[in-house]
Amino acid sequence: MTPKRKKRLILIGMMVAGVGIAIAVALKAFNENLMFFYTPSAVAGGEAPAGHLIRVGGLVTKGSLKRQQDGLTVVFDITDFAETIKVQYTGILPDLFREGQGIVARGRLQEGNLFIAEEVLAKHDEKYMPPEVADALKTAHKNGAEGAATEGTKP
Amino acid sequence: MIPELGHLALILALSLALVLAIFPMIGSLNNTPGWIALARPAAWGQFFFIAIAFGCLVSSFLNDDFSVVYVAQNGNTLLPPVYKVSAVWGAHEGSLLLWVFILSGWTVAVSLLARHLPAVVLARVLSVMGLVSIGFLSFLLFTSNPFARVFPVPLEGGDLNPLLQDPGLAIHPPMLYMGYVGMSVAFSFAIAALIGGRLDAAWARWSRPWTTVAWMFLTIGITLGSWWAYNELGWGGWWFWDPVENASFMPWLAATALIHSLAVTEKRGAFKRWTVLLALLAFSLSLLGTFLVRSGVLTSVHAFASDPARGLFILIFLCIVIGGSLSLYAARAPSVTSGGRFDGFSRETLLLGNNLLLVIVTAFVLLGTLAPLIYDALDWGKISVGFPWFNRMFVIFTPFLVVLMGMGPLTRWKHQDPADLARQLRVALLISLGGGILAALPLLHEGSVWAGLAVMLSLWIVCSLLLSLRQRLRYRKGLAGLWQDLGAKGSGSYYGMVVAHFGVAVFIIGVTFVMQYNVEKDIRLSPGESTELAGYTLRFDGVQARQGPNYRADRGTVHILKGEREIALLQPEKRVYTVQTKPMTESGIDVGFTRDIYVSLGEGLGNGDWSMRLYYKPFIRWIWFGGLLIAIGGLLAASDRRYRIAVRDRVPASAALGNDGLIANGGS
Repeated sequence: MTPKRKKRLILIGMMVAGVGIAIAVALKAFNENLMFFYTPSAVAGGEAPAGHLIRVGGLVTKGSLKRQQDGLTVVFDITDFAETIKVQYTGILPDLFREGQGIVARGRLQEGNLFIAEEVLAKHDEKYMPPEVADALKTAHKNGAEGAATEGTKP
Repeated sequence: MIPELGHLALILALSLALVLAIFPMIGSLNNTPGWIALARPAAWGQFFFIAIAFGCLVSSFLNDDFSVVYVAQNGNTLLPPVYKVSAVWGAHEGSLLLWVFILSGWTVAVSLLARHLPAVVLARVLSVMGLVSIGFLSFLLFTSNPFARVFPVPLEGGDLNPLLQDPGLAIHPPMLYMGYVGMSVAFSFAIAALIGGRLDAAWARWSRPWTTVAWMFLTIGITLGSWWAYNELGWGGWWFWDPVENASFMPWLAATALIHSLAVTEKRGAFKRWTVLLALLAFSLSLLGTFLVRSGVLTSVHAFASDPARGLFILIFLCIVIGGSLSLYAARAPSVTSGGRFDGFSRETLLLGNNLLLVIVTAFVLLGTLAPLIYDALDWGKISVGFPWFNRMFVIFTPFLVVLMGMGPLTRWKHQDPADLARQLRVALLISLGGGILAALPLLHEGSVWAGLAVMLSLWIVCSLLLSLRQRLRYRKGLAGLWQDLGAKGSGSYYGMVVAHFGVAVFIIGVTFVMQYNVEKDIRLSPGESTELAGYTLRFDGVQARQGPNYRADRGTVHILKGEREIALLQPEKRVYTVQTKPMTESGIDVGFTRDIYVSLGEGLGNGDWSMRLYYKPFIRWIWFGGLLIAIGGLLAASDRRYRIAVRDRVPASAALGNDGLIANGGS
């Protein structure tokens, strides 16, 4: 092997090693930063891990919004019409947050299925429904309808 | 009548795009001068008709012609005239029309400004742009006609989304599109070069200024978008790693790699295959961005109503463009000779490192953007990739990029003695290390390792730039010498690089400081009540109702005091736009060189009390100031005198024919 080739080989080797390490670090971090989305039914069914950063979404139940004494902490229910969970959030709610509106909240699930949100998202479009929420509603509706059919309460 | 005229003009433009894509290309392959000569008139005709169509849509908005569905959805009689015009690109159909309008504009610009190109090459470039135009024009006509009518005619329009009624957003999409679409020029040059089998220094020189200008527009567009988000969304954030932001950022990263790699190809004839690949990549990422935004497959603040037909159309178009261009690349690339040789340590190697890093970062942003789609498609669950991951990515890679950025301008092409470079950079290294350590220590402010790192990297860039300037001006004395040098041939590129790299240094300080020392406070205040924020006193003086042209507002009054002295009066608003009845937060911002104070209203809590969000944002202006400097650097580089000198004189006569098969010369 000529010295020139050797040099080039070392250079390429260093590059491959550097890129490899970088990719490994990035992918590890990637896995740690994935946030899974859960529907209220999934949370009620115990699928969502407690204490992890996750996202939940659904429609805000009408009449469920309660403001606590400090004026900044709010508690409300979100639902996919099959199950309902309680969400607590301290801070300013987004402009489009309204009862009956679909929202997505990012935060951690506590004991007793209370969801402490760090961030609440309501989209800036009234016709717009977060796709996850739309899916959640669809699934819950379908399951509900099937369940109802097998029970024979509906024709 | 006017909408029909616009529709007709679009159909005519599509016919001309077909002419442009077919005849000059065939003519260039079998050497038919008459067909080659068709390229320019077809490009001009296409531009003419699209301009008419665009004018028709603008006039429909200005005249409140609600018989047009698009106008009825996005226009309103109460809308101020400026926003009536910007409403044209406020939603899907119109922004696509803007897209093709800009594309045809770029095509005409190439036909006018690249006259020194051999006729065959120019014809091919214009022809490829015509092909791209066919795709978008048929997308417009077949899936999203902006001139479709509605009956019965509504009495009033649905109004422009209040978020978009902002001067920043009026010009953000055109700038961004100038950048996106401008990448099609680099793409077309690359395809034309692949068809002609002539990938050489001349090709790199031709496409360099175009790529730089497109990159500059992309930079401005992204910077404006970030500034708008900060002003308008009321969250004090300037970047959200939203899929749509990523969609504009990925082409920017690829284009940044491209302009650096083009420099190597032009100066040294090396990296030819790689450069072409980057040009294809940059445009493909622009198209991917369009697909992500337009198809509504990803959740985003920008999401337009989704329509599967549209998504499918763009997906097919994307496959054709990427598949076609990669096949052509695969067929032609092996015959390209490798160009100028270089040693293990040289400017080429450093630029290779730059390219490698930028491409890796692009790949990671792509991964983070598409991962939710992939997980969903494979039924692995619904995920989103956290903000912190993207940030960490950049914290890992930016230092390496910056180290290379400092060394690059001082390193010689072809061969550099590492010891010599180390001797030159000794002082820069000492200053940046010292400055970084000082900034990390809790002397003036609470210390932070990250702030220290940022100061170190910025000082490293600045010091090495000063060293490089000193080297360049060694034989010219003082400011007069600098002034003299500014006008010289090749200076634009150099000073463009200096300004843009300095912009990066400014940007790094802005980003890091705002993330490290940002103070955020959610609070409930009664009228007359005061609160403390990062050494300032903020006094809330209640909220009054106010009537705007097309909205009602609650306007809060917040006095900002430093000690006893009042330094600013902020009037944040909560607006409800009458037509769409959407609430909107208009934040009050006290702008400063080293800090912003940002107040946005939450909601009324009764008794005149309001919840509000207060931010202290140190150095946030530096982020956009840095972006602006980077863009100015691009402008300087593109205006370099040597691009305006007829290149024809320098290219060997054989090149002028252009269709001499697969011979590629070995570069300069």
